[in-house]
Amino acid sequence: MIHDAFLVAGKDLRLEWRSRVALNQVAPFALLVLVLFAFALDPDRGLLEKATPGLYWVAVLFSGLLALQRSFSIESADGNRDALRLSGLDPAGIFLGKVMAVGVQLLALEILLGIGVAVLYTTPITGWILLLVTAMVATVAIAAAGTLYGVVAAGLRVRETLLPLLLLPVLAPVLIGSTRAFEAALGGTPSEGWPWVGLMGVIAVLYIVAGVFGFGPLMEES
Amino acid sequence: MISQTPTEVTGPTSTSSRVTRVLGFLALVSLGVLVLFGLILSPPDASQGEAVRIMYIHVPSATVAYLGCFLTTIGSIVYLWRKSQWWELVAYAGAEVATLFTVITLVTGMLWGRPTWGVYWVWDARLTSTAMLLLLLLGYLAVRRLPADYEVRAKRAAIVGLLLVPNVMIVRKSVDWWRTLHQKPTLLANGLDSKIEGLMLFSLFTGFIAISLVFGWLIVHRFRLAWLEEQVESEGLDLAIAERRAEALVGEVAP
Repeated sequence: MIHDAFLVAGKDLRLEWRSRVALNQVAPFALLVLVLFAFALDPDRGLLEKATPGLYWVAVLFSGLLALQRSFSIESADGNRDALRLSGLDPAGIFLGKVMAVGVQLLALEILLGIGVAVLYTTPITGWILLLVTAMVATVAIAAAGTLYGVVAAGLRVRETLLPLLLLPVLAPVLIGSTRAFEAALGGTPSEGWPWVGLMGVIAVLYIVAGVFGFGPLMEES
Repeated sequence: MISQTPTEVTGPTSTSSRVTRVLGFLALVSLGVLVLFGLILSPPDASQGEAVRIMYIHVPSATVAYLGCFLTTIGSIVYLWRKSQWWELVAYAGAEVATLFTVITLVTGMLWGRPTWGVYWVWDARLTSTAMLLLLLLGYLAVRRLPADYEVRAKRAAIVGLLLVPNVMIVRKSVDWWRTLHQKPTLLANGLDSKIEGLMLFSLFTGFIAISLVFGWLIVHRFRLAWLEEQVESEGLDLAIAERRAEALVGEVAP
């Protein structure tokens, strides 16, 4: 299962690296969102700095959605779905592999956006440990839930509109949790952030378990 | 993947039966009793005045909305486990009726909020998590009503339905923390504390009975309707196949 997961993750990341879609389109989109927030909230009023944690995670969610859509559109072309099913790879392994590939892309986006808010919003960065742990746990939760709902919406004509409707309400607790944890870290009270990291950990585990067991039946169907 | 074809399964042949006619009659009678006690016989509240009467429909609606979610999750689990179409349709009926009652809860809640808090909406933990519940239910219904084969719709919806109750619980927990960590406990608490007058308590009790009966009646009818719809669809397909075959036969005979 783990071996299959690494195979699938390697394949997805190689595809992304060679096609450069994430690099040339998703990453600029993420930065664009940061600039749009600055247009919406006047940068002179100090609102941007105060709202940084929330804006940061909304930007991660939106650009992450693009990365997720991409992760499933490469499977739907040229009958790849059938090829993956015939490959004999463990469905749980395929799920974990996709989660890993999406997670790596999300982490790259988060680093980019982190530099973006530090520079563009001039937010002083403090509480490194909490920031890093929050980012890791939230990434696993977003990638796992996103991959599971991604395959629910995959291969349908309505997938572009269906995925956000399914995924964003489910990720609302992750948005709340990661935002509060970042606020705690940046505000100098890290102890308030840890319960949120725990909650996001529960979500991550729930979706990994659901994906490992649910991916098989979802792949079976015609 | 359904183990039995629809024609072999014994299911409802109509949306009505004697039991549900009695259920419907009881639901109507209890709604009448609710109107009598809720609007006329029960006294206005000391602090909230007449607005408290909304409680008699608001609180039972919220309760049965959660009940519908549980039906959806249980139905989804049994469908994934046993491939039982019966349970899949129970899950679907549960989600639809739960959506209706969630909307009723939100609308009555907002109407109640206007006179008591002065605004239709506050970012209270319960209001926010109920709004999120509605969005989660709409997501399930969107998948269940996909323009795709029954198998595809049912299986994907079942995965979403399976996660419905866990999601509702996580959202509730997170919203509770989100609000309580930053402001005083919820405003709603004063409407529902234990100091409820006897007649008001009885009215609320009547509300629970009336709304539960309506809920049961709706679930049964929605289930039967969905069952009959699936029957018609598969029968229509069989008929179309038979017709095409007949055409092919005619074509062979002709020179």
